[in-house]
Amino acid sequence: MDSRPDDSRRRFMKGAMWVISASTLGTGVMMAPTANAAPSLTEYKPVFFTPDEWAFVLAACERLIPADETGPSALDANVPIFIDRQMLGDFGQASDWYMKGPFMEGPAELGFQSPLTPAQTYQKGIAATNTYCRQTFSKSFAELSPEQQDQLLTQLQHNELKFDGVSAKQFFDFLLQNTKEGYFADPIHGGNKNMEPWKMIGFPGARASYLEWAELHNVKYPMGPVSLNGDRG
Amino acid sequence: MARQEKPVDVVLVGLGWTNSIMGMELAQEGLNVLALERGEDRDTVPDFAYPKMADELTYGVRYKLMAKPAKSTITVRHSLTETALPYRHLGSFLPGDGVGGAGTHWNGHTWRPMPEELRLRSYVEETFGKDIIPADMTIQDFGVSYDELEPHFDFFDKVMGVSGKAGNVNGEIHEGGNPFEGRRSSEYPLPPLKRTFNDELFTNVAKEHGLHPFPLPSSNASEAYTNPYGMQLGPCNFCGFCERYGCLNFSKASPQTCILGALKQHKNFSYRANSEVLKVELADDKKTAKGVTYIDKNGEEVFQPAKIVIVGTFAYNNVRLLLLSGIGQPYDPVTNTGTVGRNYAYQMMGGATLFFKDKFFNPFIGAGSNATTVDDYAINQIDFAKEGFIGGSYLLAAQTNGQPIRSMPLPAGTPSWGAGWKKATKDYYGHSMSISSHGSNMSYRDCYLSLDPNYTDDHGLPLLRLTFDWKDNDIRMTQFMKGKVEALAKGLNPDHLNISFKDFGAKYDVRPYQTTHNVGGAIMGTNPKTSVLNRYQQSWDVHNVFVLGSSSFPQNLQYNPTMLVGGLAYWTAKAIREQYLKQPGPLVQA
Ligand SMILES: Cc1cc2nc3c(=O)[nH]c(=O)nc-3n(C[C@H](O)[C@H](O)[C@H](O)COP(=O)(O)OP(=O)(O)OC[C@H]3O[C@@H](n4cnc5c(N)ncnc54)[C@H](O)[C@@H]3O)c2cc1C
Ligand code: SF4
Repeated sequence: MDSRPDDSRRRFMKGAMWVISASTLGTGVMMAPTANAAPSLTEYKPVFFTPDEWAFVLAACERLIPADETGPSALDANVPIFIDRQMLGDFGQASDWYMKGPFMEGPAELGFQSPLTPAQTYQKGIAATNTYCRQTFSKSFAELSPEQQDQLLTQLQHNELKFDGVSAKQFFDFLLQNTKEGYFADPIHGGNKNMEPWKMIGFPGARASYLEWAELHNVKYPMGPVSLNGDRG
Repeated sequence: MARQEKPVDVVLVGLGWTNSIMGMELAQEGLNVLALERGEDRDTVPDFAYPKMADELTYGVRYKLMAKPAKSTITVRHSLTETALPYRHLGSFLPGDGVGGAGTHWNGHTWRPMPEELRLRSYVEETFGKDIIPADMTIQDFGVSYDELEPHFDFFDKVMGVSGKAGNVNGEIHEGGNPFEGRRSSEYPLPPLKRTFNDELFTNVAKEHGLHPFPLPSSNASEAYTNPYGMQLGPCNFCGFCERYGCLNFSKASPQTCILGALKQHKNFSYRANSEVLKVELADDKKTAKGVTYIDKNGEEVFQPAKIVIVGTFAYNNVRLLLLSGIGQPYDPVTNTGTVGRNYAYQMMGGATLFFKDKFFNPFIGAGSNATTVDDYAINQIDFAKEGFIGGSYLLAAQTNGQPIRSMPLPAGTPSWGAGWKKATKDYYGHSMSISSHGSNMSYRDCYLSLDPNYTDDHGLPLLRLTFDWKDNDIRMTQFMKGKVEALAKGLNPDHLNISFKDFGAKYDVRPYQTTHNVGGAIMGTNPKTSVLNRYQQSWDVHNVFVLGSSSFPQNLQYNPTMLVGGLAYWTAKAIREQYLKQPGPLVQA
């Protein structure tokens, strides 16, 4: 039998270390493995986005999952940090996707056909949206009122704005998808700070063991969440 | 020049369910067996160990265990006149990659086909007359009967440790099982999984409607179990990270938990991961194969000589490998000649989500095949002539996971973002259940697989092209199921009800996940003019090539495919062991 190289595990360890080192980079402090280890958004220095882009991401996330009494906002949950980290990873770089040409447009049902990676889509989408905002309102997206921002996001979502070289809808779809991912993915990925979004909905995270609970019907599960690195909420 | 490896008796291409079975059977026979798997090596420890697996983003959303389209994908179009475009990232189906294949990240719904489904054309013609089959519908018989396969289903049940309740044991109907199923020679090896709240509600409403609910046959073990190979399963703990994940608990039947651990003990079996086969090499007369050419883990091209080649690379990958190797004649839908690529089919699904403000379902308490089902609308229960379609579905109420990125059903009309969205996630997470239909899909003259003229993989070889769209027959079938599902759902009085079934004019959409139950393209049958393989899954043209997997199905079952895929693998193994090895050659004369 051929010997098995322990590649996948090593890569996972490397991946996990990368997550920690990236946040260490961002905050400039060593991370302690405690529940309060999540970096603060205001001190975080993005590794991918430029300051202009970062201002857009912060503003857009705030509108997609706003602050109110229901539960944490996207900013409370560090969603922008999650998105920033995704950009240099496999998702942002479309490493797993088939990105060979020719690129042709087709019916929507045939799916994603863009030559742009998600990271490039963000860059072009943010630039195009800010250009549009500056031309129309003499302000960047981040400087608009919340109502104006909501309206613009709706226009992007419905593909009502036509940009050169990037689809407004594709850009919005990535942004919304990643915002929800950052809100609900395990905190190891940078968002879901202190598992507050999980607590809001009642998801117990990585517990993954419920045998004795299966037959307790119509009873609310009582335990709080656990994250992959052992934090408890 | 390719490097040449030492010859083996048998080379297995791919190492998922099918070739794990074949590896075990032929290693037991004493043959020298080598498996080549394009993806990486994987096992429960360390690859699926807790807590690593409980990561929705990495495995559920980013598909860490699945095939990477960057390396291998297909192109898709709806009709013969369109240009096909690449399936650039995964959506509609999630093919496996690596040792264990899709069997590491499947759900474990473990259905046998109905006897009628294996001889569908004959059944329809005998029961309803030839006239009800539309001219372009190309359904066929498999060429092997349920009774011939039953001993193999029975054994595969025991290998996987299936949990369930039989409805028909040797012709005797048992209360609480599926009264419409084919004859089983024994009860399931394990009792059904514990029942969750959605099971209770669905069971009650189904009984009120005069239906026959029963626990979904499940390859998530309900108790500790040792299978015939000596492999041990532990009881499933409803971890809620099942489909799309490797099981962290040795509970979900997979090639690793049920076969490979024992197979690796055989000194005459070996396997090489990160070894992608590009071609089956034929002898000059094209009647036999000499071996295969693959790219090894260092990127070097290698020729592996073998006396028998078993292709088990998953449904449509099998078809591509045959086309790239020049085995069989490619199918042409215009002239209706050739066979390789013919009769691709998929699966017709629909569903309802029921929201109850004051009920707690705790959806994270889930297992891949935790569900209650009814089979009252199965293929052998519907009057096709009266209803105007050929096909059927089972209905199921399943609770497999509550992972909040992917599993966040919200009432129709909920905003997709903003304060309204957030409030709905808080109000409705954990307050819904689903009832869905899982149905057959017939085959048609213009739904097929071929090599793409425009797009290539990273070796410069053409991608496979899928030409497929939904047909009215199958839409009529799913609309029939919609009526049934809606009635059951309303019977439970939910506060909100979302209903989603395909309607006439619906186009095949590669974006939302549907099922990884792609079938056909290298089908088995009784006539070499209309099938690629004979009834033993042996190539009609190249007798030492056998092709395993759902590519053999001439149309799709109403069920999930793996029990039939595995049953057929055991059937083929028996034919090789008992007939082919004694006298290599075609097992059926054309
Ligand atoms: C998310 C999900 C849920 C599912 N749930 C169910 C279910 O509940 N019930 C059910 O019955 N079925 C289910 N299925 C389907 C089930 O997984 C398949 O039917 C089954 O695994 C098929 O086995 P196989 O051996 O034919 O192929 P696979 O398991 O796909 O194995 C084929 C192997 O071949 C390898 N390979 C491909 N090309 C090459 C090449 N050129 N060279 C070398 N190796 C190659 C692949 O990497 C792969 O490992 C599910 C599938 C998925 C993805
Ligand atoms: S739900 Fe059960 S079978 Fe599935 S992965 Fe979890 S423990 Fe394994």
